[in-house]
Amino acid sequence: MNAEAVATTRNDKAIFGFWVYIMTDCILFATLFATYAVLRNNVAHGPAGHDIFNMPYVLTETLLLLTSSFTCGLMILASRMGKLKQVLLWLGVTFALGLAFVTMEITEFTHLVGDGHGWDTSAFLSSFFTLVGTHGLHISVGLLWILVMGAFLLRKGLNQHTTRRLEMFSIFWHFLDVVWVFIFTIVFLMGVA
Amino acid sequence: MFGRLSLDAIPKSPVTLGGVATMILALLAIIGLITYLKKWPWLWKNWLTSLDPKKIGVMYLIVAGIMLLRGLGDALLIRSEQALNVQGVPLSSDTFQQIFSAHGTMMIFFVAMGVIFGAMNLLVPLMIGARDVAFPFLNAASFWLFAAGMVLVNVSLGIGEFQAAGWLAYPPLSELQFSPGVGVDYWIWTLQIAGVGSLLGGINFLVTIIKMRAAGMTLMKMPLFVWSCLGSLSLIVFAFPILTATLAMLSLDRLLGMHFFTSDLGGNPMMYINLIWAWGHPEVYILILPAFGIFSVVVASFTSKALFGYTSMVWAIWGITLLSFLVWLHHFFTMGAGADVNAFFGIMTMVIAVPTGVKVFNWLFTMFRGRVRFTTPMMWFLGFVVTFTLGGAAGVLMSIPAIDFQVHNSLFLVAHFHTMIIGGVIFGAFAGYTYWFPKFTGFRLNEFLGKCAFWCWLVGFLGAFVPLYILGLMGATRRLDHYDPSLGWQWLFIVAGLGVMTILLGVGFQILQLGYSIWQHKKHPQPAESDPWDGRTLEWSISSPPKEYNYAVAPVVDTRDAFWAMKQSGLKPSKTYVGIEVPKNSPLGMFIAAGAFLVGFGVVWHMWWLAIVGIVAVIIFMLVRFMDDDTERIITAAEIEKMETVR
Repeated sequence: MNAEAVATTRNDKAIFGFWVYIMTDCILFATLFATYAVLRNNVAHGPAGHDIFNMPYVLTETLLLLTSSFTCGLMILASRMGKLKQVLLWLGVTFALGLAFVTMEITEFTHLVGDGHGWDTSAFLSSFFTLVGTHGLHISVGLLWILVMGAFLLRKGLNQHTTRRLEMFSIFWHFLDVVWVFIFTIVFLMGVA
Repeated sequence: MFGRLSLDAIPKSPVTLGGVATMILALLAIIGLITYLKKWPWLWKNWLTSLDPKKIGVMYLIVAGIMLLRGLGDALLIRSEQALNVQGVPLSSDTFQQIFSAHGTMMIFFVAMGVIFGAMNLLVPLMIGARDVAFPFLNAASFWLFAAGMVLVNVSLGIGEFQAAGWLAYPPLSELQFSPGVGVDYWIWTLQIAGVGSLLGGINFLVTIIKMRAAGMTLMKMPLFVWSCLGSLSLIVFAFPILTATLAMLSLDRLLGMHFFTSDLGGNPMMYINLIWAWGHPEVYILILPAFGIFSVVVASFTSKALFGYTSMVWAIWGITLLSFLVWLHHFFTMGAGADVNAFFGIMTMVIAVPTGVKVFNWLFTMFRGRVRFTTPMMWFLGFVVTFTLGGAAGVLMSIPAIDFQVHNSLFLVAHFHTMIIGGVIFGAFAGYTYWFPKFTGFRLNEFLGKCAFWCWLVGFLGAFVPLYILGLMGATRRLDHYDPSLGWQWLFIVAGLGVMTILLGVGFQILQLGYSIWQHKKHPQPAESDPWDGRTLEWSISSPPKEYNYAVAPVVDTRDAFWAMKQSGLKPSKTYVGIEVPKNSPLGMFIAAGAFLVGFGVVWHMWWLAIVGIVAVIIFMLVRFMDDDTERIITAAEIEKMETVR
């Protein structure tokens, strides 16, 4: 095999392996969703979903995240065309949107805990904080990943290693977006219905 | 600074202290010996930092072997406690509970999983004609995470305590309210760390099998062992995330006062039991499928015949893989889910016996009119057929909910799953160990001592577990250290104790066999046989032990039993070599696992700064690895030619 063929199979394996990893993460979330579905009515003496969810606020979070998925797509297009500056630009925008999302989520969590609706109030709130928080943790890891990728790109530019990792990042980011759509539907929309 | 950790954490029980002392002495002896022989650089360069799956596989097996000895020690203590039947001798009730919980945890997570991943590391790349796994560094990291979990569980013996809530730590008993100590936390973080290792290993080998098979090896031409691993790996990637999430939730209950599985404020303990078995039942098949694969290869080799019913074997594997996700509720028919639900899971459980039966008959038909050679691996196989059928019949019996209500949580159940795990997984592992030992060393194990070991294990196994079946049917509940003498059960517990002693004798024979075979080989070195058993699969086509790059020339396959076909047609592999890329050594996998260990230890003792240090260390070591683009070296064609001519 020549060097190029070796590089192609390596990319091929890495991307496939990453998809398998995404599937395992999907099952992790499925477990948390299942637990939430079982425990969501066990509010004990605490509030139920419709007492605490602020829908306009959650919708804003959702729009931020959906937009970040779009800018992440623009970043991949730029990377495939080999335009480093554009990649850095869209990576930056994605970072800013993601950071805004996480900040909003943390603010919301702080409010809930401040109002006495912490995770130790009821099984419903335990599963709520865990499910939504696990998603937020994933987003935070994604943000860290963006910072690292930014540093790599500034040092090494676009090469086969960095573009492969950008592709993997975008799979990860879109996946988190899909998970959020489910959270928005199952936790928030069905919670206030 | 030290969280919950203080001098009180040192255990007081003489049995535990004896165990700790033995372990520390053994560790010091090993370190002393390595230092005395000045073997540290050799160990570092050839083993600890190696990314070669053949080396990693051996390290998995060494860890599993050591843990097997510890698990057997625990078994001996449990058996002697029940055989003596004097409360507090040799164990207090609390120590007894810790020991049976530790026994199960060790045996499943560190012995059985270690054996399975060891076998996959050693055999999967060779059998599919590949030179490596898909992600060599990730593979090393998986192993070291497994090792870090092993270290954490052993640390619990000397610092603090182990949990006393059974090997799956059912809540509400395992919640903070009833288990305030560090035991359950040790258990959670041990499994979390080792579990992430298993999950990453599962992804790695799945990609290896899908993407790295030799030219011409279509799926239906793979050796059956590889098929069985593919089934097992699919289960790993589907099931282990459930374990990770479930343990995380239990941990959140204990650390942050959440209410997932508590008995108050809306928590639901049965949710945990459902989730843990949604992982736990597939786990049983994760362990047994590779053992089935080993038997499929061994039986075909020692009867000099192609495996009977290859296609049906493949479908049986996938039938089992699918069905194993549809039976978890049979672990707790007594939950009270209602007749319809219980009937569904009961029927599914019975159905899973069908593909398993297909496999047993296929092996027997392979032997039919074959030239059977009764070597040690075949003995293990025949022993397996007897024990596994016995255990399987007991399993089908328990799949009937009405009967299960009678034997639930009795020693009958304990006997059943030990029959499956010892008679299935462990016998399979020993068959594979004897069969492939010459592949990785160049010489065979002593047959006579191997057969002695086999008979001790078989007789000891029956002696240890047939009494438990009888006791269970008479109503003996599991996990008790004391049964009233008026029940008249004492002699059965004594027989079971003698059975375990016989198994220990078998282990003694195995240690002797290994030592004696190495000594014989050193005394009368024989040239290595590359194909001692007249094998059928690709791994026997290259030198024993294999070179670092496995195949000097990438093999091309056009039939099942590829090596057998090559021998029949007399076709020799070409001698035109090209350079081969192999991964450079790296200690970073070990360092990442060390960071994970610090996280685990820190959280267990509430030393939060230590946990943060651990997380930062993990991230930094990962970044160091990612920044390094120079991770391969080339073995040139000339070097390969030189190595291949020496043989």
